Amino acid sequence: MSMIEGSLIGERSGSSTASLGSRLNRQWNWRSLAARLTLLLALLVSFSSPGFAQAPDKQLSALVDALYPGDYGDRQAAIAALVATGDPRAVPVLQVLGEGDLYAVEATGKVAFVERSGSNYALTDPVTGAALGEVARSDTEKVRVNNSLRRTIRTAIGQMTLLSDNPGTRLSAAQSILRDADPANLDLLDTALASEADSKIRTTMELARAVILLKSDDVSFEDQQQAAATVAASGSRDAITILTSALASAPDDLKPAIQSSLDGLQRDRAAWAALQNVWFGVSLGSVLLLAAIGLAITFGVMGVINMAHGEMVMLGAYTTFAVQEVIRQNAPALFDYSLAIALPLAFLLTALIGIAIERGVIRWLYGRALETLLATWGLSLILQQTVRSIFGPTNRQVGNPSWMSGSVDFYGLSLTWSRVWIVVFAIVVFVALLVVLNRTALGLQMRAVTQNRRMASAMGIRTPFVDAMTFGLGSGIAGLAGVALSQIDNVSPNLGQGYIIDSFMVVVFGGVGNLWGTLVGAMTLGIANKFLEPYAGAVLGKILILVLIILFIQRRPRGLFALKGRSVEA
Amino acid sequence: MSDKTGTMLYLDGVSVAFDGFKAINNLSLIVYPAEMLAIIGPNGAGKTTMMDIITGKTRPDDGEVLFDGRTDLTRLDEAAIANLGIGRKFQKPTVFESQTVWDNLEMALRKPRGIFATLFYTADAADIARIEDILNTVRLGHRKNDLAANLSHGQKQWLEIGMLLAQDPKLLLVDEPVAGMTDSETAETAKLLREIATTRSVVVVEHDMSFVRDLGSRVTCLAEGAVLAEGSLEQVSANPLVIERYLGR
Amino acid sequence: MLTQALFRALDRKAIWLIGILVALAVLVPAANLLIPPGQFGHVPNYAVTLFGKYLSYAMLALALDLVWGYCGILSLGHGAFFALGGYAMGMYLMRQIGNRGVYANAQLPDFMVFLNWKELPWYWQGFDNFAFAMLMVMLVPGILAFVFGFLAFRSRVTGVYLSIITQAMTYALLLAFFRNDMGFGGNNGLTDFKDILGQPIAAPTTRASLFAATAIALALSVLVCSTIVRSKLGKVMVAVRDAESRTRFLGYRVEYVKLFAFVVSAVMAGIAGALYVPQVGIINPGEFDPANSIEVVIWTAVGGRGTIVGPIIGAILVNMGKSYFTGALPELWLFALGALFVGVTLFLPKGIVGLLGQYRSLTTRREQHQPQTPGPMQLEAGLDPQPKAAE
Repeated sequence: MSMIEGSLIGERSGSSTASLGSRLNRQWNWRSLAARLTLLLALLVSFSSPGFAQAPDKQLSALVDALYPGDYGDRQAAIAALVATGDPRAVPVLQVLGEGDLYAVEATGKVAFVERSGSNYALTDPVTGAALGEVARSDTEKVRVNNSLRRTIRTAIGQMTLLSDNPGTRLSAAQSILRDADPANLDLLDTALASEADSKIRTTMELARAVILLKSDDVSFEDQQQAAATVAASGSRDAITILTSALASAPDDLKPAIQSSLDGLQRDRAAWAALQNVWFGVSLGSVLLLAAIGLAITFGVMGVINMAHGEMVMLGAYTTFAVQEVIRQNAPALFDYSLAIALPLAFLLTALIGIAIERGVIRWLYGRALETLLATWGLSLILQQTVRSIFGPTNRQVGNPSWMSGSVDFYGLSLTWSRVWIVVFAIVVFVALLVVLNRTALGLQMRAVTQNRRMASAMGIRTPFVDAMTFGLGSGIAGLAGVALSQIDNVSPNLGQGYIIDSFMVVVFGGVGNLWGTLVGAMTLGIANKFLEPYAGAVLGKILILVLIILFIQRRPRGLFALKGRSVEA
Repeated sequence: MSDKTGTMLYLDGVSVAFDGFKAINNLSLIVYPAEMLAIIGPNGAGKTTMMDIITGKTRPDDGEVLFDGRTDLTRLDEAAIANLGIGRKFQKPTVFESQTVWDNLEMALRKPRGIFATLFYTADAADIARIEDILNTVRLGHRKNDLAANLSHGQKQWLEIGMLLAQDPKLLLVDEPVAGMTDSETAETAKLLREIATTRSVVVVEHDMSFVRDLGSRVTCLAEGAVLAEGSLEQVSANPLVIERYLGR
Repeated sequence: MLTQALFRALDRKAIWLIGILVALAVLVPAANLLIPPGQFGHVPNYAVTLFGKYLSYAMLALALDLVWGYCGILSLGHGAFFALGGYAMGMYLMRQIGNRGVYANAQLPDFMVFLNWKELPWYWQGFDNFAFAMLMVMLVPGILAFVFGFLAFRSRVTGVYLSIITQAMTYALLLAFFRNDMGFGGNNGLTDFKDILGQPIAAPTTRASLFAATAIALALSVLVCSTIVRSKLGKVMVAVRDAESRTRFLGYRVEYVKLFAFVVSAVMAGIAGALYVPQVGIINPGEFDPANSIEVVIWTAVGGRGTIVGPIIGAILVNMGKSYFTGALPELWLFALGALFVGVTLFLPKGIVGLLGQYRSLTTRREQHQPQTPGPMQLEAGLDPQPKAAE
């Protein structure tokens, strides 16, 4: 059963899917919450903004309380006074008032926000937010508003928000109007647009205006056409929803315009979805690249497959776990640096083990590639069981440092930081290896041995030394890969098993003795896998990839970037 | 080159490159039936690559390779070419080391090569006589039940020549047959090859000039993948280009 | 023609081996059924089944040896052929359950009822017929091996490439058989068998008969393998193993030689799997686990590849060791297995049989020591052997 948890090409199935899911869920909740609270957040932000008008609590409370006594005319004056303070705390008060939900305690004349609590109202101070205890419902009175007052309030709110001096407030106000798309706000929007200088806010306002226009009945055809184009051009997430609902209610002559905008949007959406898939593929390809590149080097130089390569990855992941454990117990403050500490340690540990394997086992099997495969398989069993004996057979929890948690929105794409960093890390490792191979003496010797071992040996290159170093390097990179994979994969003794076939597929596909081939192989397989998944499902997609590779070998038995010539003996 | 009819081996304008390096460059060559051709040339001249092309191991990028004046060898694989009647002896003697001398010859013997024909094959009297005969020719009769791995280098050369004879080919490609042989063995080999060449075509690649002289055949000198000079050994070794590029002053 | 080939196959070693297996096929069931428990010479039921299982493993190892030891193809996917044969047998046994399943559905196996399937998929048709199922036991692995081998050998995929591709093959099948909608019971596989050919599957007589059948099948496999390796084709196979491209230049179609060995071997593995399943009572996707296939390789290596008797000895010894370890010291088994892989490749390349052979040649023919024959894989490079003989 453990095998099915391993994957062919791609992420773990099973429990990791669950953890991925919960991570996704977290994001999801966060996003919807954020959407609901945009306005409030903007207001909170504006509190802390320097140089913004803010009246003393007492004074503001007096002005709020003044909303209660008197007739509508007095209320009109009280609102004007409240607006005059320019204090953003007045905005929620006015909103609640406009909705007719503002109450006053009859006995004291205190105006408050209320919440039903049995037959009582729980009161909240509208200015300080402090709880004011409970009062019987019958002891309160609604602060009444009429239509004329409502208009005044709307304008007032608009002035305080859309026309506020604070750009953040203006933006969130525009966004909230966009969400509500209430035609009553149209005039206010026009006023605000006339004086708005900030282009980002302007765009949002124009979009809001367009959405309102599309909803309204008494707007000219040209204006609506223009509005549809504006909505389409905005590329906003909701554009398709807006246009689709507009399409239903639009007059017939407008429908083609909206429809064509919709089609364009849907094309864009498909392109973005494809792009998102490419990103997933690139991210998977980076994982494959990290896992395979060490294997490609050892296979290229020595012609042997190290079946314990996956276990090197596993050891790298366990190094990360061990480092984090030590940090948790001794210096929790360093947790964000745990990966940076684990990287060199993992490299050293696995490189040393790799060199030991080469010196102890592989060099005795020189020229017998298949025996090497069997011996290293045996070593992989021993390494697995060792780790199982020390750390136990279950998954160990490796934490994400703060800078690797969460995600970032990049236009329409949602990129999780852990993936972004793994892609970056893979690129760094790749470039570093290119430098090592092309700019160092060891790299030169490795390339020489890859191309023609006997000639290299005759030229005085100490091939045993090169072999040991190559094996150490390849294993060390596997250790680095393990550190990276510990961030997205289950850390268990079986971690490495799934990667050996994946990695070899990359090597087979890309060809031996060429790092670029490995890069292209990893990326192609990663992207192909992600594109097949939606159609064929994860498991079938992997099977399909395997079959495709087997067929690919028919055409190019030595991979995409094969070495040619007489020295490459079939 | 125009007349393909009546040729045993016909190469015209053959080129092959490995990663940009032209191993064979516009090579043209003709071998007639029952004729011997000796090929000499410096290392890297393309001698072995030429043999690879003829035997189907390497596909030329360009040019025409015909056997018996009509069969296009560039379309066939190694096994098909071998079954047409082209036998090859390798530069390094390559025999099946974990099997006996007798088994090596039995496998080489010209017989149906199909799976089931091979599975149910039993040597008849004629086959046995033929193998005994070859064993005598290559003087390995006393070692017929020994593993090929235990033969000396020269004996492996002989065994491979014996396997070539057992294949009964129309065209023999012989790559450095006398490396590791004593002088008398070398002379014997030359004699044997001359004898073979009375009925079949033979192409010999060799560095040993006295051996090439013993062969007494037409000589072609290759350099940088193309023909440098052709003619008798005297003509070729008098050619100033050959002296400069290969023989040395 | 055939008689000559068979006659050649039956050298002294093969006769001994076949004789022992046939004797086992008779004596073990007799000792199990005729001698009452507790009395001297009785073979307990569990031992019959256990050794029956070992013999089916031995047959799998022999099948692998035919391609690896003799033809140089290191297949890391032979477990797949074994499992496919097992599944074909398992399907027959499932159909025999009839309406005795949990859902008492005579038309559908339990897991299909559970999945709400309405009718038997087309590929399950015919499996209630024993003869048809037995045909499938051989055909399915054979055809897979043919298609896979044809593609791989034609494009000259050799060495480690081939090994890993075969591993990928069994891995793909593992993933596929885990899927419920494949219709092979998904995760749980096929189990809860009731009877075979009308006999209750757990009855001592059935168990004894299955043991006898396995021993006889193994004896026949020995005969087939011996026929092949003692023929000229067998010599060509060894030639392919030692110097593939040289064999091509002799005019042999190396890809067909390999294909023949691979298909025969796969069919043999399939039969072994079919004999295995009724004895252990279950077949599930775990049998496709690449780790299983690679374990078969070590049985063969331990016993001695390139010999007929070696893989049989190796399979039985290693599995006895496994039974002991996993019972007594489960923690240590993987260490032991790992060490076996490393140790055998480093110190015992010819296995136990090779060791015995060396010992005998040392004692009987004192100084004429065994030639340093190259390991089968050493001449992988075909025409480019190590420059030991040159100069």
